[in-house]
Amino acid sequence: MEPVPAGLPAPLGLLAELTHRCPLACPYCSNPLTLEDKAGELDTNDWTRVFQQAAALGVLQVHLSGGEPATRRDLVEITAAAREAGLYTNLITSAVGVDEARLARLKTAGLDHVQVSIQDVDPDSADRIAGYPGGHARKLVFARQVVEAGLALTVNAVIHRANIDRVAAMVEMAYALGAGRVEVAHTQYYGWALRNRDALMPTRKQVFTAMAEVERIRPRYERRMVIDLVVPDYYATRPKPCMGGWARRSLNVTPSGRVLPCHAAETIPGLEFWSVRDRSLAEIWTRSPAFQAFRRTDWMPEPCRSCDRREIDFGGCRCQALAVTGEAAATDPACELSPHHGHMLALAEAASAGDALPRYAYRGRAL
Amino acid sequence: MAEPAPLPERPRLAAGVRLHFDKTRGAWVLLSPERVIEADGPANEILKRCDGTRTVGQVIDELAALFTADRAVIEGDVTEMLSELAAKRLLVG
Repeated sequence: MEPVPAGLPAPLGLLAELTHRCPLACPYCSNPLTLEDKAGELDTNDWTRVFQQAAALGVLQVHLSGGEPATRRDLVEITAAAREAGLYTNLITSAVGVDEARLARLKTAGLDHVQVSIQDVDPDSADRIAGYPGGHARKLVFARQVVEAGLALTVNAVIHRANIDRVAAMVEMAYALGAGRVEVAHTQYYGWALRNRDALMPTRKQVFTAMAEVERIRPRYERRMVIDLVVPDYYATRPKPCMGGWARRSLNVTPSGRVLPCHAAETIPGLEFWSVRDRSLAEIWTRSPAFQAFRRTDWMPEPCRSCDRREIDFGGCRCQALAVTGEAAATDPACELSPHHGHMLALAEAASAGDALPRYAYRGRAL
Repeated sequence: MAEPAPLPERPRLAAGVRLHFDKTRGAWVLLSPERVIEADGPANEILKRCDGTRTVGQVIDELAALFTADRAVIEGDVTEMLSELAAKRLLVG
């Protein structure tokens, strides 16, 4: 294996997008607008090789994601391969396509943890958001089966204008389902979510009311359930340390084997991505042009370059800088020091002014 | 200051939490969803004894014997570490 040069940290996490196929059509999906098809997907042997190379490189955790990973007939074999490589395996699923028998096989294969998303507490609203009738009921059954099987469960509640007023009820539902952890995840505006920004953006008042509501009930869950919650980018004053810094902690492999520093990196024009079909993961991590583009701090403009937080938030998110300012190397406009911060807030305020029950461009169903 | 919550009687790692030897970095780590916690040296010795059969007292006794150290000192270290992990819901019992 090609050694990773001294001074370059080894990655800890790998997001394995096993497929872009998904029965759901959530309008906030982080997948790209151009979805990869089944014919181009890596096969079981490819993924086995990727996991072995990832573990040798220093990766500790793999997130089996998609699309809906259960759409893959070889999901159990893929999970077993990840675990045999020594990785902590997390399945990120919509619950559709994993019945009790398959769940048992996944557990036997060594699955460590399951993350299931919920769209709302109201079944009709949840199914409308996901564009999949009956999906919500299926998720509730599945979540209980996960806990009964003795597997750890995280509930991921993606928050946007149509459900944000019920955020506390979503946290309560996660606990009732037996989750050890709930992620209150504000929609992040990349991919399909960016396309649907006008339909998804909550108002500032909704955001801060919802966050206060979660803080009010948090003590109830002390030692019983971990609640993860952060301020959403468009209403923040400091940027998130996106991915823990570009090409510092994680990598993302697309269904066809392209290796990205983050799931939205392909939106940035001019980056050259390498594939696991052609090169080892270590070579890609070390030398791929896309990984080197924004690694470390020397690419930074002001105000990041001289900022004392440059190694804390790493200038925020490149894809968001591109989406809002048109320039991937700009300071993330979520930062109040960015000259574009006011523009971002204005975008949020304009986007949040629409209907409470807006029309969506459903993922994979509309362009 | 709030009273520290009681420790699990016979602590064990929660579902989805496991000790793993990271060959690349040559160190023990505690893995859980979205978290990697360093668990080398004494931390590893404590955690591998949190198997749901030993009481906290037994874990302390064994550590004190292993490191031939003053039991009161070990007790403080073990209790502090287990409390932190229980608060993060990584340790149950």
